[in-house]
Parts: sequence; structure tokens; C-alpha cells
Amino acid sequence: MTTETMEAPAVTAPTATPPHPLREFWGYFSANRGAVAGLAVIVAVVLLAVFADVLAPHSPYITDTTIALKPPFWQEGGSIAYPLGTDPIGRDILSRLIYGARLSLLIGIIVVTVSIVFGTILGLIAGYVRGMTEIAIMRLMDIVLTLPSLLLAIVIVAILGPGLINSMMAVALVILPHYVRLARAAVITETSKDYVMAARVSGAGALRLMFKEVLPNCTAPLIVQASLGISTAILDAAALGFLGLGAQPPSPEWGTMLADAREFVLRAWWVVTFPGLAILITVLAFNLLGDGLRDALDPKLKR
Amino acid sequence: MRAVDGVSLKLEEGEVLGVVGESGSGKSVTMLALMGLIPFPGRVKADKLAFNGRNLLTISDRERRKLTGKDVAMIFQEPTTSLNPSFTIGFQLTETLRLHEGMDRKAARRRAIELLEQVGIPSPESRLSAYPHQLSGGMNQRVMIAMAIACNPKLLIADEPTTALDVTIQAQILDLLMTLQKERNMALVMITHNMGVVADTAQRVMVMYAGQIMEERSAADLFASPQHPYTAALLAALPERSEGGRLATIPGVVPGLYDRPKGCLFSPRCAYATEHSRNVRPALRPWAGGQIRCHYPLGDPERDAHIKKDHLVGTEAAS
Amino acid sequence: MIRFILTRLSLLIPTFIGITLVAFFLIRLVPGDPIETMAGERGIDAARHEQLKKEFGLDQPLLVQYGIYIGRVLQGDLGKSIVTRESVLTEFQNLFPATVELGVCAILFALVLGIPAGILAAVRRNSIFDHGVMGLSLTGYSMPIFWWGLILILLFSVQLGWTPVSGRIDVLYYIEPVTGFLLIDSLMSEEEGAFLSALEHLILPTIVLGTVPLAVIARMTRSAMLEVLGEDYIRTAKAKGLSRFRVIALHALRNAMIPVVTVIGLQVGVLFTGAILTETIFSWPGIGKWLIEAIFRRDYPVLQGGLLLVGAIVMSVNLLVDLTYGLINPRIRHTR
Repeated sequence: MTTETMEAPAVTAPTATPPHPLREFWGYFSANRGAVAGLAVIVAVVLLAVFADVLAPHSPYITDTTIALKPPFWQEGGSIAYPLGTDPIGRDILSRLIYGARLSLLIGIIVVTVSIVFGTILGLIAGYVRGMTEIAIMRLMDIVLTLPSLLLAIVIVAILGPGLINSMMAVALVILPHYVRLARAAVITETSKDYVMAARVSGAGALRLMFKEVLPNCTAPLIVQASLGISTAILDAAALGFLGLGAQPPSPEWGTMLADAREFVLRAWWVVTFPGLAILITVLAFNLLGDGLRDALDPKLKR
Repeated sequence: MRAVDGVSLKLEEGEVLGVVGESGSGKSVTMLALMGLIPFPGRVKADKLAFNGRNLLTISDRERRKLTGKDVAMIFQEPTTSLNPSFTIGFQLTETLRLHEGMDRKAARRRAIELLEQVGIPSPESRLSAYPHQLSGGMNQRVMIAMAIACNPKLLIADEPTTALDVTIQAQILDLLMTLQKERNMALVMITHNMGVVADTAQRVMVMYAGQIMEERSAADLFASPQHPYTAALLAALPERSEGGRLATIPGVVPGLYDRPKGCLFSPRCAYATEHSRNVRPALRPWAGGQIRCHYPLGDPERDAHIKKDHLVGTEAAS
Repeated sequence: MIRFILTRLSLLIPTFIGITLVAFFLIRLVPGDPIETMAGERGIDAARHEQLKKEFGLDQPLLVQYGIYIGRVLQGDLGKSIVTRESVLTEFQNLFPATVELGVCAILFALVLGIPAGILAAVRRNSIFDHGVMGLSLTGYSMPIFWWGLILILLFSVQLGWTPVSGRIDVLYYIEPVTGFLLIDSLMSEEEGAFLSALEHLILPTIVLGTVPLAVIARMTRSAMLEVLGEDYIRTAKAKGLSRFRVIALHALRNAMIPVVTVIGLQVGVLFTGAILTETIFSWPGIGKWLIEAIFRRDYPVLQGGLLLVGAIVMSVNLLVDLTYGLINPRIRHTR
């Protein structure tokens, strides 16, 4: 009789069961209009990048000085064939931007992947081994954090030489400390918890412990940090491109395009405006997404 | 979502009211509403909210602020987090005095020292320049009390004033509060989940459950013959009333956001619940010199008949 | 407090040694022979090569070389620029005030706008103003400032003609550097219009460099305020009957500023990164432009010395911020 009556209230209240975690997550996430907008923009940029060959009206590389510096189509002298105008050597800006999306996304994803993999491994080692190893790793990360990120990237590029790959490595190193710190903090808090203790007692090895027990528990902050990391990577790589240290012309990398366009700022506003706008929109989208993810995943902020 | 509803309560000058209930029963929220301190995005919808003949619902914010902290004061559960960590005790104490009493720096300082003395803080002068983190929890609660009584309030609300303190300090703080109450003839509302504290201090008791008043009567009557099954269960859970060495407990938990019962809020845990009380929420009504929210008050002579008629389904109280 | 300073200092030493190591290996990691790297593209004859190798101690083991390097650094000898043959330290000292002037203006710009915006956004939480501030600050945070600078030039210099395009002051004026800060020097020079010209030249670079810190400070102020406003002591302050303004501007702000100060300190690194870009865009003769030019001229001693000096400055500012943090947060002051 007792159990029967204890179950009764669940029946009397119609909205009794709390929602499923994933649905709850989507509920929080989709309530954040900025985050949804960010996600939509990212999907659009990904589609542009994937279908660049089909979508771009022209080749991003073929030059034609007869049509140099054509303004966008809505301005006098512009034509719909080159919707956003052409650059000083007659390349279609829209096509270059579309191909640039491919580069920027690749940069963001590769840089963050490399950083997450190395950062997590270093962080796990530091958090698990402790002692001198930990001190050495964390001090190294402190140095990376202390030096201004672009200065460090410049130094690395100075050693390795300019270029897209080298600049990506430089940016990967610059954002590395975030992941190391995250992973290490996660290991230290998680290993002190009972369930890890229990797993250890039941004979789980260190590696198994790390990958089966600890890592899944820091995925939420890692996902957030990855989203924000992609935006940093795109921005920093573009900055290096702008300084002439990243991707080299004629690559349609957005920052590199801006570097080429700089001297035409007085004559042709469009060659300067659009590549930067593309960077801003993409970076903003990833930041919005990251913010939305953090708010939706962080139970502390749930009210 | 309603944190508190259907609360009706009156307090006379110099009276000590105990408000009891489990955690989350809406005791504090009720009193915060009275102080105008309901945090965002909460709102107060009351038919009447008056103090000393003034309607608190219609006066301006400015008018209201002249009352709060002066005529109505409040102390809180966590003394250490309730004091601002970035300012000295002296600053926080004199601030009230300068605001409500218009004292200058010197006068306020003198009065602050007096107040600290009254609440039993040793070498008060040197404490003025201390920060809250440098004092113990008990000392901080004394400071909070000094701050609250600084402007001779007519009503002092103490929200679980001893819960966060060491057991040995608890009695001292209660003594202090009661002494101050008698000396100044303040009305005092003592919010607590500790029936023992109420028994020692209150003249009248209000028992709250899930945001509603369950019973409200004079302390003596309530302790002698509780009328609400919930009150009875609370009293049975007191260590000094336990029979045979085992503590009585109330089965189940306070209903949460998603599982509020349709009928009486206590019915899922009530030993005397019926089909009727499961489906129809009882109203708060006058009863035996106080108020009650129950279909079947324990002192009702026709109680058994009512329960029988309504078909008993209640939970066996574990004992 | 003294112990607090000493612990902080001792924490910095390994980091500083690390930075000297990075700077030391910079020249040695560049592919090719360090002497030829240092000599630049003109090349060098064999005898001179040997002599220089001895002079720089490059024939010694690495550890000894590092020792020699540290010894020189401690004496203030950071080597000579390959291009100008000028001491790196002297060049740095000449250019540094320009960067500081720009950086200070930028951070002031960010503080003056960011803190009030963050406070108001927190107080009027979820209002249109709050959403506006948050949207704008996220945009500012995402801003490619090298593009932002070009757009502002396009708008204010090219279209409207309000502000000059580049440089620190109009070429008409020659101001003898006294403090190195042109705003001050131009005022003291009593040359008519010099101060205004210097001010004009500062506006756009200040906005460009201040944009990211502004965004960060506004966001941080807002979230710190929101957190503090939920604290028990704010409830106490309200229960005292204090005015809303006093509760927010005194009781809440004092506590909310503690994390904000830390963030401001962290912006110093961001400012240097920004300065490199901003100075490049506006031809601002400061450290950032100097370092970028050094890369393209393969002027490795400049890069090496600059890296070391910038690292040391960032560390010192971080230390300073830590100490300020101790000053405004009594809990730290007393417990350590």
C-alpha cells in the first residue's frame, strides 16, 4: 500500500517528467537566437566551401587586366557577372571569397584539431603524472601565454619561414595552452572523484581511466573551447596573411586578399571591404556558437 | 511557478512569531517579499501588504526604502556571505546610521561602537576596521544583528539566524536576539526549520509547507495539541519527543517544480490522506484560535467520520 | 603583502628564463648559419666570419653560449640591428613611447566605454540595451582589427576627410622628443596646432586598438556584475534601505571590479598583438611596426631583443596587476 500511494503523485501531475538531456540541451541552445544564427552562418559557410567548384562563377586565380577593379554590380560600371567586383588584376572577388571560405575553414579545423590532440595529451600527462613533468609542461604553457600571441606566431614564422602551413603551426601553438589547462584541470578534479577511484580500485589501467572515464567528462568544455578556438585560429591566420607571413599570393585566403588590397583603399573600397566582412562574419558565427554552447552546456548558468 | 501562495499573516507589536517548515517551503521568500527583496525575475502579487498602517504595495520605492533597514530590518542565514567582503565592519555599520539617522561620521562611529558592545563583541573599537573574513561566523552574525538593530526597528526578521553557526554559538546568538527583542519590545519573526528553536522563543507559530501556510496558532497550543497532521509529524520528529530511541521521520519529500499534487500539497506524505484531499486543495480557514489548511484537523470531533466517508488512502507514518 | 609580492616574483622567474631561452634559440633555430643570418643578405668574408664567430662565442658549447648571452642581456646589451647598426635597446627605447602612448589611449578608451556599458547591461539585464551591448561586444571581439582599421580609414579619412590617414603627427611639425609621448611633447613645444594634430592622428588608431579590449571589458564587467548582484551581501545592502544607485555603484561595483582588473591585465598581451597590426596599418612608428619590419629585413637581433623586452614588459604589467588585485581585494591582502 505504501509504495502504491507514493507513486500516485506522479500520475496526478501532467508535466511530471523532466525533459531528456539532449532535448533539454537543444531547448537551451535554440532559445539563444544568436547561437542559432551563428550555427546557420557556419552551415552556410561550410556549404560554400564544399561546393565552391560549383558555386563560384569564376576561377579564383585567372587574371584578366581588361576587367581590373570593376566595382560591385549595383555601382556604375559594375556588372552582374562579377557581383562583388574584381580585384586589381581582374579576378572575381566573389569567387575568391568562396574559395577562401574553404581555406579559412580548413585552417580553423586543422589548427584546432592539432591543438586539441596535443593539448589534451599534454594536459592529461600533466594532470596524471604530476611532479616535475607537470611543472615543466605548465611553465612552458605559461611562457606561450605570456608572450603576445601574434608576436609568438611571428617569431615562429620567422624561424620556419612564411607560408600557410607554417602559419597554421604557429597559430596551433599559440592556442595550445587553453586545451592543456582544460584537460589538466579536468583530470585533477575528476581523478579525485569517487567514480574514478572506484574504476581504479576495480583495476582499470591509467590509459583506460583517462580515455574511458576522464575524457568524456571534459568533453563539454572542450567542445566550447574548440568552437571558440576555431574563431581565434581563423582570425590569427588571417592576421598573419595580412602581414604577409601567412598564406602567400595568389592564394585566396581572406587575410592575404586584404594585404593585396591595402594600397587600393583610396580607389576601390570593395576590394578592401568584402574579404574583411567575410572574416568578421565567420569569426562572429563561431563565437556566437561557442557562447551558445557554453550557456547550454554549463549547468551553473541554467536558471 | 509560485514559490509562495495563499499566505495570510498578521503580527502585533512586540510579538515573536516563529515560522517553521522544511527547506524550500517558502519561509524565507515570504519574508523577502515583505522586505521588497524578491530577486529578479520574481514578483509579488498580494492583496494586502501593510506595515504600521502603511500599504507597502502602493508607496513609492523611495518611501519604502525609508522603512526597510530602519523600521523593518532583517538578518540572514549566512552571516559571512551576507557582509560585503570589500568593506570594513565599521563602514557597513555606520552606513546604515548615516543614511537613516542622518548622523555625521563621528556620531555614527560612536554609535557603532555602542552597538557592537550591545551585541557582545569584545574590543569593539578595534573591530571597526576589520573585514568580515577576519571574523568568525558567530562574530559576523553579531555584526549583522548590530546592523539590523542600529535604527531601532519595530520589526526584525531573522532568517535562520543560527543555522550556519556552530552549535555552541547558536544558543548565544538566540539568547542575544531574545534579550534585544525584550529590551526594545521589537516584533520578531524567527524563520527556522528547527522546532526546538521555535519552542524556546516564539509566542505564535506559523507552519509552512511547499509555499503555503499549513497551520498558525499560539506556540503553547500548537505544541500541546497540534492540529495539522504535518505539524504533528514535525513535532514527532523532534529528538526529545522520540519514543523508543528511534527518530520519527516523515516519508517522502517536499514536492518539486514538476510534481505538485492536485489536492492538498501535503497529501502524498500524509498518513490521513483521502481521495478527497488528494483531489481538492483545502482552503486556509480559522480554527481553534488560529488558522489551518486541512480537511481533517486533528482536534475535529467529527474527524474520523469525515475521513471514513472520504475513503482513507494515507501513507503509514514511519516511526 | 611583502610575502605576497615575493611569491609572485618567484613564480615569474622560471617564465622569464623560459623567454630568454626562446629568444636565445630564435637565432640558432633559423635555418642556416647564425653569423650569415646576422650578417644579412650582403654576405661576409671568411676571415670576418671566423672573427665574428669567436666574438659571439659561437665556437663554444651551447650552454656556455647561453651563459654568455644571459650575461650580455643582464648588462643591457641586446645586440645591434643588422640594418641600422644601432643598439637594439636604444632603438627600442626610442620607439617604445609611441606604442605606450597608443596603448594607454586605447585601454582608456576601452575602460571609459566598457565599464559603464557592462554595468548598465547587467543592471538592465535582458533589456534591448543589454542585448545591444552584448551583440556589439561580441562583434568587437570577433573583429579582424587590421580590416577594421582600413574601413575606418576608408570612412573617416577618405570619405569624410575628418582624420589623417597615417603617422603620429603632421609632417609640418617637428617636435623634439622629451618624454617621447607626443601628446605631452607637442603641448610643451608651444607650436601652434601641434597638439591638435597629434590628437587627430591618435583617434583612429586608438579606436582600432581599443576595440577588442573594449569588447572584453564590457563583457567581463557585465558578467562580474551579474554574479555580484546575486550575492548575499547585495541583499543585505538592499535590506538596509540603501538607494539602488549606492547598492550598484558602491557595494556591487567594488566587488565586480576584482575580476575586471585581472582581465585588464591580460589585455596587455592582446594590446601588443593589436599594436603590431594597428601600427602597420597606420604607419605608427612604434614597437609593433619595428618588429614586423625586422622580420622582412631578416633583422634577427632586433627580433630577438624585441621578443625579450616585450616578454619582460608583459610579465611586469601582469605582476603589477596581480599586486593591484591584492590591493582592491582585502581577502587576498590579509590571507597571504
